[in-house]
Amino acid sequence: MGINIIVPVKQVPDLVEELEINSEGTDLEREWLKYKMNEWDENALEEALQLKDAHGGTVTVLALASGDVDEMLFTCIAKGADKAVKIVGDFEESHDNHTAARALASAMRAMPYDLILTGVQAADDLDGQVGVLLATYLGLPHVSVVSGIEVDAAARVAAIHQEYAGGIMANFEVDLPAVLGVQAARAVPRYAPVSRVRQAMKTATIEEIEAAEPVGAGAGISVRRMYKPESSGHAEMLEGDTDDVVERVIDILRERGIWRA
Amino acid sequence: MPVEPERIREKAVAIVEGIDISGHWNRMFEQRVIWDYDTSSLDQITSIPGGESLGACYQCGKCTPVCPVDHVGDYSPRKIFRKVQTGTNLLESPDLWLCTTCMNCLRVCPKEVNMINIMPAVREQAVLEGTAPTELAQAFENTFRYGNPLGEAQRKRADWVKDAGVPVPIMAQIRRPVDILWFVECYPAYHPRGKDAARGLARIFHALDVDYGILGVEEKCSCDSQRLAGEKGLFEAFTEHNIKMFSKYQFNTLLTADPHALNAFKKEYPKYGGDYHVLHYTQFLATMIDRIPFHKRLPYRVTFHDPCYLGRHNGEYEAPRRLLEAIPGIELTEMVRCKENGYCCGGGGGGMWLDSFSRNHMSERLSERRVREAVSTGADVLAVCCPYEISRFEDAVKSTGNDGKIIVRDIIELINESMRG
Amino acid sequence: MAEHDVFVVAEQLEGKLSDVTFEMLGKARSLAPLLGGRVVAVLIGHEAQGLAAQLGAADHVLVVDDPALQHFVPERAELALRILLRNEQPALTMIASTSMGMDLAAALSAALDWPLIAYCSDAQIADGLVVATSQVYGGKIAVETASESQHTIISVIAGVFPAAEGQSSVPAASMQTVASGVSGADRVRFKGLSMPEAGDVDITRESLLVSVGRGIGSKDNIEMVEELAAALGAALSASRPIIDSGWLPKLRQVGKSGLTVKPKLYLAVGISGAPEHLQGMKDAELIIAINSDASAPIFEVADYGIAGDLFDIVPALAERLAAVRSE
Repeated sequence: MGINIIVPVKQVPDLVEELEINSEGTDLEREWLKYKMNEWDENALEEALQLKDAHGGTVTVLALASGDVDEMLFTCIAKGADKAVKIVGDFEESHDNHTAARALASAMRAMPYDLILTGVQAADDLDGQVGVLLATYLGLPHVSVVSGIEVDAAARVAAIHQEYAGGIMANFEVDLPAVLGVQAARAVPRYAPVSRVRQAMKTATIEEIEAAEPVGAGAGISVRRMYKPESSGHAEMLEGDTDDVVERVIDILRERGIWRA
Repeated sequence: MPVEPERIREKAVAIVEGIDISGHWNRMFEQRVIWDYDTSSLDQITSIPGGESLGACYQCGKCTPVCPVDHVGDYSPRKIFRKVQTGTNLLESPDLWLCTTCMNCLRVCPKEVNMINIMPAVREQAVLEGTAPTELAQAFENTFRYGNPLGEAQRKRADWVKDAGVPVPIMAQIRRPVDILWFVECYPAYHPRGKDAARGLARIFHALDVDYGILGVEEKCSCDSQRLAGEKGLFEAFTEHNIKMFSKYQFNTLLTADPHALNAFKKEYPKYGGDYHVLHYTQFLATMIDRIPFHKRLPYRVTFHDPCYLGRHNGEYEAPRRLLEAIPGIELTEMVRCKENGYCCGGGGGGMWLDSFSRNHMSERLSERRVREAVSTGADVLAVCCPYEISRFEDAVKSTGNDGKIIVRDIIELINESMRG
Repeated sequence: MAEHDVFVVAEQLEGKLSDVTFEMLGKARSLAPLLGGRVVAVLIGHEAQGLAAQLGAADHVLVVDDPALQHFVPERAELALRILLRNEQPALTMIASTSMGMDLAAALSAALDWPLIAYCSDAQIADGLVVATSQVYGGKIAVETASESQHTIISVIAGVFPAAEGQSSVPAASMQTVASGVSGADRVRFKGLSMPEAGDVDITRESLLVSVGRGIGSKDNIEMVEELAAALGAALSASRPIIDSGWLPKLRQVGKSGLTVKPKLYLAVGISGAPEHLQGMKDAELIIAINSDASAPIFEVADYGIAGDLFDIVPALAERLAAVRSE
């Protein structure tokens, strides 16, 4: 029987590199940025591959052709995805998620699927999470912060957990097709051996499709200013005797909203 | 390759080259015991290219007392052979990941059962099947993405030069031929204690007016340990990269402080078209001992740990000792297990990235065992010349409760200390 | 019509309103006058009048009653809100940036075609438009974003605004109960809640961690750090040597051969900051380190550092926290 799963994926700036702000002060300085696959999308892909192992079917990864996404897509194939699709269009490297979701939705209207798994969020989700936006544009049910997915392919339903704070979980049953925002896969995302990735680069092909409709004008927001909240580098050393230092620490915790009395 | 039964089964009538060795004579040649076992587990290993020699083991047991892991666990090539012969699937066994490829076994094995070939060959299969331990896979991932297993930014690979106190020539900037191309490697470039040694070596080169340059951010990990841990694809990708970088520049000697890189350059790189005159820093400095400006006496009792990949693997035991003996005041004392019989620190063959895995299979770390041995010589200083060792031994000094009894220093640091006057 | 109002979507679980609800109400109180409107609290549930009474900081409470929304269900709750917001057309809608909120905010933004600014740690009104400050890239970057529309949604990070400002001992001046108007939306069905097993601690999910390293010296001294953790409401984690010594279970290990954590607070006690450890915690939002060695590498990644004796500081801090709490 099998389930056909689509996993929309994207890249985000790799936080190993120090992030710099561009000269206009409205975006990251992207010239030296390194990108890596969104770690939640890696979990979504892992979960998809696990479901495919259990039920059969196919896993297709889908990404906007914004910047260089080929290595990411070949790595997904090396991990076990059956197909990789790139949506080609006039996307700026730093596009918003509403634009992305509209492009994904337009591409997916022509694709068959039983389930859409995507990372619950990404580090640059300024205008909301792609999975939820996508589901709404496609008119599909969606649940976010999901772990623990079980699929009954014949009945076309999935049983899932939505995680809340403090370890509490809500159990839901969802009709398929649906969009699930994956928080954590049932196993640590697998490693793709380099030889497999290089093999994929040589032998696999990434399908390209044109963004079908004009993807619409942005997300209705404009960035006024992007900045680093505090300077990186050495810690600010707290001076004084024990009591001074203790008071300072408590003040800092309060200021940050981390601890309130 | 499995032995065909027909060739060794007892036959009632057997005349070979005119000699009658019929049945009642040759009971001693019958390997009856083998046919009680299904040899498929062993065949699985010996049929992997590189894994053939495991089949040669005849259980003499010479490897067991020299295997460093057996001293803290239950392990040796002989034991692995027996387990595999009796049905263990090595691909799924934790035993696949405990070998540090120190080569002490191969040194003594009369049948040349070669773990240095067997381990990477079988591990490569395991990595492809997705059963490599998580910590190791993470190191692979970091290496591929950032050019180093520590997960530090590629862009920062030459940041250590800023605090060297002396100018450090970078090939892409100086754009001229040099005598020595110094391949710094990852731990000296990024790890705090590694950086201490890197800066120290730069200062020595400066004092000796050595004509050298480094690749800086153009350098990527030599991946010799990753290769031995099963990531051949990664090794090949980075070998291609490094050879391409080398070909941009002209130099006479490729020098490194990292015995693992040394091993890659000497033994593997020629297979990919990169053939260089390669030296470990100790080998280079040992030729210049008279010119090193030793000022201060260091009245230390020093014991030297032979790195597996400089010593056993590449035959150099004397150069580090000559350097140590040249430092005024140093008294060299040997551990029992030294030179060819040196005891592994546990970092090789992927061991640097398998500590969390191996702690479940060993009573203590190899580095802890070795530190105890060093302390028992009465030495004040445990001298090393491999970047894996410094952090492993310093950790082990603390965890064995020997803090204050012995310190760990790279030979470079001792030379620097004496140079400072 | 509510075109100048600030709507705050209350969040509840197991019959209790979450703190972030009050945090948002408090902030809404300062924003609404700038828009020239009221603060309206929206509570979705079933027979939830008791909870509604706690929302007195709002000028008006709208209770959306739906028997099928006794428990939060993503699709249904979102549709109920969608109907309400489409009718009311508020200037600003505040939704918590939580698991429940995630299924609401972006869906409403797409359905209503209203801009959404996510992960907000602050909000202002400028020239009649909403300008919000968001924390992105793991808190490393702040963004100030302006909405281009008269109707905006923001999702608010829990714990940034003071809850006290949104609490009230008296109910709101007015309250109205409406039916949700949702029919046939049952593609997502609630099947129950699961509670965490006692004793299981997943440090990767804890937002406050106190982490102990080799500097602690011996197993017996860990108790002192446990007291500090308890005073903070934090969980205990450790660097590798502590785990290796068997003083804490493996699942508490932070670092390259342990777990990677990104908590709001990482208080490192007696941890030197070896690269292998830093790898597992350097992305924590706030790192405070205590170590006797002023040149310990942990201070390179910490935001605040104390070069001092942890055996003095840890008990003193625990004591002071407990004292302040009971004041």
